[in-house]
Order: sequence, then structure tokens, then C-alpha cells
Amino acid sequence: MASLIDLIRQGREVREHRPRPRAVVDARLWNSAASELAQGRWNLLDLWGESSTMHMAIMDEHAAEIATVSLDCPDHAYPSVGLHHPPALRLERAVNDLFGLSAEGLPDTRPWLDHAGWGVRFPLGDRIDAPAKPAPYRFLPVEGEALHQIAVGPVHAGIIEPGHFRFTASGETVVRLEQRLGYTHKGIEGLMAGADLERAAQLAGRVSGDSTVAYAYAFSRAAEAALELVVPDRAVFLRALLAELERLANHLGDIGAICNDASFTLIHAHCSVLRESVLRAALNAFGHRLMRDVIAPGGVTRDLNDEGKAIIRATLDNIRLRFPVLVELYDNTASLQDRTVDTGVLKPALASQYAAGGYIGRASGRSFDARRALAYPPYDSLRFEVPVLKEGDVNARVWIRVREVEQSLSLIDQILDRLPEGPSSTPAGRWREPSEGMAIVEGFRGDVLVWLRLRDGLIERCRLRDPSWFQWPLLEAAIEGNIVADFPLCNKSFNCSYSGHDL
Amino acid sequence: MRKLLFESLFRRPFTEQAPSSDDAAVAELATAVGHAARRRLGRSLSIREVDAGSCNGCELEIHALNNAYYDVERFGLRFVASPRHADVLMVTGPVTKNMREALARTYHAVPHPKWVVAIGDCARDGGCFASSYAVVGGVSEVVPVDLHIHGCPPTPTAMLKGLLALLEQADTAAVTP
Repeated sequence: MASLIDLIRQGREVREHRPRPRAVVDARLWNSAASELAQGRWNLLDLWGESSTMHMAIMDEHAAEIATVSLDCPDHAYPSVGLHHPPALRLERAVNDLFGLSAEGLPDTRPWLDHAGWGVRFPLGDRIDAPAKPAPYRFLPVEGEALHQIAVGPVHAGIIEPGHFRFTASGETVVRLEQRLGYTHKGIEGLMAGADLERAAQLAGRVSGDSTVAYAYAFSRAAEAALELVVPDRAVFLRALLAELERLANHLGDIGAICNDASFTLIHAHCSVLRESVLRAALNAFGHRLMRDVIAPGGVTRDLNDEGKAIIRATLDNIRLRFPVLVELYDNTASLQDRTVDTGVLKPALASQYAAGGYIGRASGRSFDARRALAYPPYDSLRFEVPVLKEGDVNARVWIRVREVEQSLSLIDQILDRLPEGPSSTPAGRWREPSEGMAIVEGFRGDVLVWLRLRDGLIERCRLRDPSWFQWPLLEAAIEGNIVADFPLCNKSFNCSYSGHDL
Repeated sequence: MRKLLFESLFRRPFTEQAPSSDDAAVAELATAVGHAARRRLGRSLSIREVDAGSCNGCELEIHALNNAYYDVERFGLRFVASPRHADVLMVTGPVTKNMREALARTYHAVPHPKWVVAIGDCARDGGCFASSYAVVGGVSEVVPVDLHIHGCPPTPTAMLKGLLALLEQADTAAVTP
């Protein structure tokens, strides 16, 4: 079995790529990487395009090695990875829509993000200024007796993002769910091209509203890697504080919302109050409830004062007092457990194949957490546990969140205790030569990956990969055999991002 | 559970005093609300939310309107599941080209009289996504907008102020024909 490093050595290494290696490879090496992925030895982290190049980020989870391989495709075609490794399917469809690079052998060639409404084709590649031919989207055929279909969305009944779900049901039981996404595609990667660092950081923070900290964090670290910029210690700790506050707020909101989808509104009401308390503390400490635009390349734009510290501590104390009561209530309410236990089971094998991150992976036996596995500072010097369960049901995804709330509380304490003095940012220089950077940050939903290339101080290409790319397809698998009425419950327990995925 | 419910009985409510309605919103609305329409609605509005391409930040804060601190239902404002039950369409996001048709169809499904409230900076003019190939622009490019509430995202208090202004307009008109 080849190691990732061997693969890189066989290619032509790109010197300006930091911190982990990137190499230009030929089709043979590209295919051998795809085959290693298919055999489950490596994980696919991302697959993205440029005008005539394909890139693939790969991780060897056991060795904690990450590398990127790139394939020049002057003919606008490359050997499909999705043919061997299904997690790449939607990524390859998206690359075709945006760049006009086609995956040879791709089993599913339907458009993904392009709904024939942009007025252009291949907007990020060799652009054609004519709309794609509108054609009805062909959902996968379903055959069998007494089946019926339920079409839901893009506008849903709740206050959530738009997407289309096509259920095929036999009576109450879901036989197949097929998702159609792309409705919130804003062309963010297109807007990134040519943007300066400030505007690009602003855009990155608006990829997915609930992960605004995680995206700004990942983007800034990628830019800093490219610029070889060292961030002051205080900023390193403040960033982790922001990330943990975001995780805390989202997990509290999710735990309540999952219970609400099982019609147990009491926990929802109390969790909403706790979530609100975190957002108010964030407003007081950092000037914005969602902590938007606080992390920027070079550090943080807003320092934390003693008053802010005290407010965060008081908020934490209150959560420590009130949250355990809600957890106990969740654990002791049989009617609620009846809905969550054994519902929407995601098998560990699938979580591992798709390298599913966040609570989805960790509730199905995949222990990956970027904070631990990649140990980026300050997490390399903080104490925390990564909870893992194997059941893979809604209940397990609730419990992972509960445990992560506890871990975040402890992490925030440690950060506040050890917050170094000193400056909270350093000016980002302006490099003329092209330089590339990559960063992976553990958001509340899972690992957010950002890759970028800077030239003359501007973004030439920036790729932002949401963890949802490898989670959405698993929801299709997890819902199979469940009743239609449990879909909201399963969906909320996954809580995938539409905007982060559609980009 | 009983203990938790019991405690709630004796604890001071989380719910906070209503903010005064937003002056700017009152001015924008002065021309928007028709007399006959107001009379029919009284002091109650049903709201259908449509995400026309937002980053989900606005949705998070709209959700917060329902928490115990803001408790939007005490004002007669209620989020409903279908546009056919709605008086108000609350729209977020820059309208993406992929959502343009869905937004227009949802608008047409709302019975008259109806209002459209555009939430957030993106909903006004596309915000930081304005020049993209995939974005139409502000909500008013697709459906007529009666009230804009700005912010990225607007705080729940800012949204409440705007909605109260809408409610007041509907209410005053109901008693003064």
C-alpha cells in the first residue's frame, strides 16, 4: 500500500503550496489515488476545479497526512473519481456545471448546481454566454407496486433554507429520498476571484450563516499559510474562543430543535433561551450576535476586554446550571426517546466511506475531529475529549451534541484562563509572487476546508468546502425505511447546510 | 419535567418589553398599507418566511423571534407553514437565479391583501453578492417590497421594530377609516 507521501513524490511538487504538499500528477497517478479512495484506505476531503485543472485533497486518516493532487486537463476532461468512489459524484457534477470540466465515466451526468437559469454556462471556466438548455430534471426512476411520490420544496414549511426533496414512499415508509440542491447557489467562488483579502474574508464569513466564525477562521488560516504570516498568540486563543461559542450556540439550538421536531417543545423553549444567552454574550463581548467579521487574516478585528470576559463566564455558569436539567429530562422522557432511538440510522461503514465529519460522523463511529486529528493551535495545548458513538441514530446525534456542549464549556474556561496578553492582530503583508494555502477548521457541523491561491495580494482562486457535501448524501441513506413523518426529525439531526453546499 | 414546569411558574418571565416601532419603517409603510386591507386583518398577521438564497444568518435571527425573550406571538404575529395562510411574506437573501421562480410562485400563492418584508442587507440590493452571475439582486427585483429591515443579519429587536410598525399601520387604519 502506497503512502500519500509516495504519491506526492511521484508527481511534480508545487513549491508555493503551504502548509501541506500539493503535486501535479498524471492520469495514472490520479487514477491510483481514486482507487485507494475507493478501497477505503484514504478519505476524500475535496475535489475542485480551475479553468483547466482538477484538484483533489486526500487524507490518510491513520497517519494524519493530507495532500493535494492536481491533474492538468487541457481537453477539459479528466478520469472520473466518482465512478469508483461515490462521495465524489456530486462534486464532479458541480465542477462540470461551473468549469465545464467533464469527468470521463461519471455515472451521473445530470447538472447539479446549474438549474439553467444563470444565463451563462461554465461561469468559472471557459464561459459560454448563453443559458443551458432548460430541460426537466430527471429524478431517478422508481419502480414497484403501490409506490407514491411526495415532492417537497424548494420552499419548505418551516423557517429553513430552500432545497427539493423527492420522496418515494410505500404507504408511510420512505423507500427512497432523492435530494435536489443548488437553489441558494450565489456564485461565491466567482465573486472571490479578484477580491482583496478584506472582501474575500467578508464573503467567506457569509458562506453559511451558522458557521460564519468557522469559515472566517478557515479562510484566514489558509490566507496566513499562503502568506507565511504568524498570528499573535492572543489572536490564536481568541479565535478558538469564538469557534467554541459558535459551536455552543448552534448545538444548544439544534438539541432544542430536534426535540421540537419530535413535538417536545419544553426542551426547545429552554434550549432557545440558553442559545439566546450565548448570542447576547457574543454581542457584548465581540459586538455581533453571530460574531461575524471578527476573525480576519492576521488575527481578530476586535479584542476581548475584562467586561466581555466576565459576561462570557457568567453565561457559562448559567448554562452549567440549567443545561444538565434539560439533558436529564431528555434522557428520562420515554415518549421522546421513542421518536429518536433507532430512527434515521446511519451505518458506520457509510460514515467512514463518505468521511462524514462533525456529529454525523462521530455518532456513527468515525472519530475524526480536526481539532484533535490536525491539532492546530491552540487546540494542541487544550484538554478536551472527542465523544464517539456507534449507534448512528437521531438519539446518538443528540448525545454527541450534548457531550460537545460540555466539552466546549470546558474549552472556553481553559481559553479564558490562559488567554495570553499582547496584540490581537498583525498586518497581512502583500506578496507579489503567487502563493497557495490550505486550512481545515472544525466548525460545529464538521470540518470546513478552504484552499486559495493569492497573486499580487488578490485572490486568484478560492475554494470553500462545506462539511455538508459529504453529509447530505448520507441523509438519503439514513431516511430509507423510516416513516415520512420522521423526516423532519432526521433532517434536523443532520442539520446540513444548504447555503454552504450550494455556495 | 414537573419540577422544570413548576420553576417556570415562579420565575420572572424571560420575555422583554416590546421595543417601540421603528420610525423609518413607519415612514416606509405609510404609503404601503391600503385602508380596506387593514380593516380586514385587525391586529394579527400571519407570516410566511421564504429564504430566496440567504446564507442562513437571517433565518437564525428570525428563529430567535420565537424564543421566550422576543416571543413574537404575543403581538399576534405568527409564522405559518403555507403561503396560502399568510398575510406577510418575509423574504431573506439576495434572490438567486435558482430561487427566482420559486419566490415569484410563493408570492402569487399568498392571498390579497398581502405585504412583503425584505429582511437583511442582501434582500435590499443583493448585498455583497450583488454582482454575481448567479444572483438576481434584491427582493424588489422579483416581487414588490413594502418594508426593508436592514442588518447582516438584522437583530431580532430590529425585526420586531419593523414588524410592529407594520402591525400599527394595519391597526390604525382599521379604526380610522
